[in-house]
Amino acid sequence: RVLELTGCAASMVASSRSYADFTPEATFDIKKVDLHRLEEGPPLTATLTREEGLKYYRTMQTIRRMELKADQLYKQKIIRGFCHLYDGQEACAVGIEGGITLSDHLITAYRAHGYTLTRGGTVREIMAELTGRRGGIAKGKGGSMHMYTKNFYGGNGIVGAQVPLGAGVALACKYLGNDQLCVSLYGDGAANQGQIFETYNMSSLWKLPIIFICENNQYGMGTSVERSSASTEYYKRGDYIPGLRVDGMDVLCVREATKFAADHCRSGKGPILMELQTYRYHGHSMSDPGVSYRTREEIQEVRSKSDPISMLKDRMLSNNMASIEELKEIDIAVRKEIEDAAQFATTDPEPPLDDLCSHIFANDQPFEVRGATPWTKLTSTS
Amino acid sequence: LQVCAFLLRSGFTEMVVNVRDALNQAMDEELERDERVFLLGEEVAQYDGAYKVSRGLWKKYGDKRIIDTPITEMGFAGIAVGAAFAGLRPICEFMTWNFSMQAIDQVINSAAKTYYMSAGAQPVPIVFRGPNGSSAGVAAQHSQCFAAWYGHCPGLKVVSPWNSEDARGLLKAAIRDDNPVVFLENELMYGVPFDLSEDVLQKDFVVPIGKAKVERRGTHITLVSHSRCVGFCLDAASVLAKEGVECEVVNLRTIRPLDVDTIEASVMKTGHLVTVEGGWPQYGVGAEICARVMEGPAFNYLDAPAVRVTGVDIPMPYAKILEDHSVPQIKDIIFSVKKVLNM
Repeated sequence: RVLELTGCAASMVASSRSYADFTPEATFDIKKVDLHRLEEGPPLTATLTREEGLKYYRTMQTIRRMELKADQLYKQKIIRGFCHLYDGQEACAVGIEGGITLSDHLITAYRAHGYTLTRGGTVREIMAELTGRRGGIAKGKGGSMHMYTKNFYGGNGIVGAQVPLGAGVALACKYLGNDQLCVSLYGDGAANQGQIFETYNMSSLWKLPIIFICENNQYGMGTSVERSSASTEYYKRGDYIPGLRVDGMDVLCVREATKFAADHCRSGKGPILMELQTYRYHGHSMSDPGVSYRTREEIQEVRSKSDPISMLKDRMLSNNMASIEELKEIDIAVRKEIEDAAQFATTDPEPPLDDLCSHIFANDQPFEVRGATPWTKLTSTS
Repeated sequence: LQVCAFLLRSGFTEMVVNVRDALNQAMDEELERDERVFLLGEEVAQYDGAYKVSRGLWKKYGDKRIIDTPITEMGFAGIAVGAAFAGLRPICEFMTWNFSMQAIDQVINSAAKTYYMSAGAQPVPIVFRGPNGSSAGVAAQHSQCFAAWYGHCPGLKVVSPWNSEDARGLLKAAIRDDNPVVFLENELMYGVPFDLSEDVLQKDFVVPIGKAKVERRGTHITLVSHSRCVGFCLDAASVLAKEGVECEVVNLRTIRPLDVDTIEASVMKTGHLVTVEGGWPQYGVGAEICARVMEGPAFNYLDAPAVRVTGVDIPMPYAKILEDHSVPQIKDIIFSVKKVLNM
């Protein structure tokens, strides 16, 4: 669908400029990856086609604008509760998806809006979930941290719990013999959780097809990596598990590393661990201004030197893979998509009260649910 | 199971099966019936199960379907739930339910709540099973009853079988259920034999989750219980019958959802209620039953306040004499019945 829309935007501009004017594909040098228990790593160059570039650009821009819109709606109190924004980290979600397919599986923690999109969700249903409406991807029952799509298991609120869950999905892949794998994400804060080490152990023992990915954005809430971790070399924390440390701001780096990791898993070698060095522009959540534990200068420096969208844009423009007008048109289309989604998210009605007791059990007979008083008898439906 | 089949073909319509074997046969049959079912836990495979409940299964089904885990409950419970997310039907054994506390977040937050949070997109067909409650001489950290803790949570089904028919039928029902089921066994019941009829031995025999069973009909007083204490209630009823008191004994079978209808019908008949459980009194199963009876139509039929017989409100001591006095005994049930009946 993204490809369809991108193709559409591109062809609008291409009609005024011959298609042959653009470079169809180019090869870029990418940063060398730090290796742990690996003789070789991903390649030092990455080839990008024009289509891929436009697709990645559009998806990253969509995530960026969607998160910024969520920020706005939160400040207007239209979104409430928890809201953990992903702006700055777009290259991770988009790069990872570039290295796997939609028949592979993915699970992450609560900073999940970007992944919900790359895993097949629409901006409309994501935003309507944030505003708690019936058109939300979880019908308003889950909220920011509990969004699901096919082969995407959320959105998980308990730090670290998603990692063993991901290994369970990987176990199912191996059990069913379907050559699929599971990407299991966690942050630098979660990286110290005991259950993650339990999962490293079992995944390795049983050679599960799992890619552990630590999105290291330098801060676990307000605690910097130096203050939380005796070892900040997260790619080595898997000990006996081979690891890679990757520039998470470069979508091509992330993609090539993911492809490398996926090959490793699919060849039956068992788990592999990737640390993506990335950065979040927002605070931990909407209730955190994000400047009490880091400086505005630091944030500004990352924005100006390492922004993932700018990096891709510069690469494409300087290699004549797209025109400025074309990218501007994509920006306009994205802005419109976000506006329409926000409009939907603010006008769609809230879920009906009947939904209070629905979806407690799957495939079950309706049963009585105790309400707030003994006289309030509600009925549950599957 | 081969023996069962042989005996059935030879015209034996009943078999004596202990609870352990009933659980074993149920798992064996369900593993055979559905390839997505598998068992994981500590010592379930090569050791044949810490309490031998999974004896013979690894030999029959192999490494893929009977998986020995390291001693990492939080990790393997999470792995089991993730496998359920992705379409398998795991049976996750806790060596005892005491160790489930290490993994309770995965049971509650990952398993129980997910179908609801996802608005029906993600079912979680998992069974967590293992021995629950007091044993013999295992002391405080290994003797807790978790019926009330898990029974508290929406999104879970919680069952607590007493005899072999319960164990067999409820485990089959639990494995076939598309939802997370907490299956509370009892170590002291594993070796106890019961007659199983031909019907019960059929491969598709299930005991419906959420339905209590009246084990003994009576007119003077209702005893509601679960797990091992059901046996004590029946023993107490036999003693009381000699004094002309006829007890109706209700075996809950399921803690959540609670079969309030069966309890109320019984109380409306007898006018008196005593609940009996092994767990601690505060915020317990008996407390819930009494509250529900208070709030419903059966209250008007009570001729005396409903009372609870429970485990003593202390961590379980080790010395035999102390341990014996920490759990409800038959004499406590008889005493309570007589108090309630004002005898």
